[in-house]
Amino acid sequence: MNESPETLAHQRSRLLLDPEELPPSETPWQEFLRIYLKDYQALLGFWVLMLLLVTAFAGKVFTEWWVVFDPEVVRLTDTFLPPFSVPSPDSIEVDRPLGGVYLMGTDELGRDVFARMFQGSFVSLSIGFVAVGISLGIGIVLGGLAGFYGHVKLGFVTVDTLIMRFTDAMMCFPRFFLILTAVALLPPSIYTIMMIIGFFGWMGTARFVRAEFFSIREQDYVVAAKALGIPEGRIIFRHMVPNALAPVFVSATIGVASAILTESGLSFLGFGVPPPYATWGNILSDGKGFIFDAPWLFFIPGLAIFIVVLAFNLVGEGLREALNPKLRRR
Amino acid sequence: MWNYIIRNIGQRLILLIIVSFVAHSFIHLAPGEPSEVDPMNPRMKPEDIAKIRAAFHLDDPVYMQYAYWIRDLGTGELKSFKDSQPVLPKIWNRFLNSLPLFLLATVLVWTWAFPTGIHGAVHRGSLYDRSTVLLAYALISVPGFFLSFLAILWVVGWFGVPVIGIKTFGMDHADLAFKIMDRVWHLVIPSVMAAIGGIAVLSRYVRSQMLEVLSQDYVRTARAKGLQDDTVVYGHALGNALLPFVTMFGLLLPELIGGAVIFEQIFAWPGLGRLGYEAILNRDFPVIMTLNLIAAILTLAGTLLSDILYAVVDPRIRLH
Repeated sequence: MNESPETLAHQRSRLLLDPEELPPSETPWQEFLRIYLKDYQALLGFWVLMLLLVTAFAGKVFTEWWVVFDPEVVRLTDTFLPPFSVPSPDSIEVDRPLGGVYLMGTDELGRDVFARMFQGSFVSLSIGFVAVGISLGIGIVLGGLAGFYGHVKLGFVTVDTLIMRFTDAMMCFPRFFLILTAVALLPPSIYTIMMIIGFFGWMGTARFVRAEFFSIREQDYVVAAKALGIPEGRIIFRHMVPNALAPVFVSATIGVASAILTESGLSFLGFGVPPPYATWGNILSDGKGFIFDAPWLFFIPGLAIFIVVLAFNLVGEGLREALNPKLRRR
Repeated sequence: MWNYIIRNIGQRLILLIIVSFVAHSFIHLAPGEPSEVDPMNPRMKPEDIAKIRAAFHLDDPVYMQYAYWIRDLGTGELKSFKDSQPVLPKIWNRFLNSLPLFLLATVLVWTWAFPTGIHGAVHRGSLYDRSTVLLAYALISVPGFFLSFLAILWVVGWFGVPVIGIKTFGMDHADLAFKIMDRVWHLVIPSVMAAIGGIAVLSRYVRSQMLEVLSQDYVRTARAKGLQDDTVVYGHALGNALLPFVTMFGLLLPELIGGAVIFEQIFAWPGLGRLGYEAILNRDFPVIMTLNLIAAILTLAGTLLSDILYAVVDPRIRLH
């Protein structure tokens, strides 16, 4: 004990780290951004989707509210014109497209494909979002119930058994076939298609949310919230759901992509969105009959669907990488 | 072990009952009836419709219809609404047609997905890895029928072989070799198209699973011991990475059957999927319900098999 008090104090000050010298702590959001912004595929996908969103809203505005591009004008003088061609001289003056050129050609009725694609962008996208919204809603509620109230007994079975057995049963059916049956039996309308695609897509979400809830339920902050006497509804929706949502968000992004593909598959089989609405799926399936005479009717919507679905998938994968620490490069 | 298997079978039987309820009520709760298929037909009098409805038990409450359905299914007397043919033989014939397609597609999926995914994970970040991952994304982002149309155009234009249908019409007197080659061409293209989605999805799972295992401590230990890279990857990591895929076998089945509706329609393949599609068009309830039920039973059998296999392969399961 021959050390002077000075040196002790000096050592102590060395042990207490100066907060200025520490690397800045990252919030989870900053960490997420750092990883996501490095992933150039996911970034590209993100910008494609932003562009698509703008296009879709512009499409809604310019083809329905303030009609600049009318997708429904039939011009029998101008059928099967290739992209970038000008209207024929004997076409009706007022029916000519804006700028006097068919950017993406015309179809078998002389309708402007560009206007139809423009309108379809909003319809296709809203089918994807509404369907996924419905399946997320059902999945989160059922998965949350099973995960939080799973141990509660109703008669001789627990809530968890009841919900998960139903989920398992639904997963046994070939999904596309069920959707097709439902769409064929119900009156044809764009809303039934959205709802049906949503109603048969919640099983994965429910299982995710349940698994997340199981692990979150035991975490300290939930136990603390319970100890504070916070009502259960508030614990579930304010504390647990936001923490369980990360994987759900990823699967939602990919879900939008698969809903758009499902819609195009339904269109191919003749059960797509009925005529007044153009969707990319039904433009594509109408175009398949003219693959030799008018290839643009087939390739333009096909490539559009491909690019958009790819963008959704890349964004979903980028989110997954950025949100899931296990997959990160060490 | 036996306990586990018996309990598993018991659970599956309960699930089967739920599945049959769902398959039945799902059809009958939706509006749209077999008697309404042809509403404009002037020869359809109200009495006729009443007769049809009575014959198909459509006036009974739903639970009685369920009972009739199960009874007829059990005795094998279930008749199609459309042509009054027994349903089970009808489905069986179509199933035999679809079987080669399913088998080849499954084989393709399982033989292609694993090497692709494993190689990508081992050489993470290489050109190969990045391009296969991107290719996988591209392949699951194309509408299936769009790609199939391109494939048909390419195969027919490039090789000059017909690929629509199950075989070329009027080849009865050709040589055996020609007949076999004809069958092979007709079989391969739709199977590849049906398998592509599965390959893309599964190879990504394999890749991420393999990556997770490769970052485990025991793999680092094995490397630290100075083992050869190949020994570490194939001897220590691979087995553990492959384990979860035993359980995926059953779950890929519904996708295959659901996808068959589109692919069999494109390639005019007289299989289960087209039978289902025709049944939907005709409001042929017994066929739709039975098809759904059979698909679900196949899936249940598949998952049961994979659960048992999993228990055999993974000793940790038996502790529970």
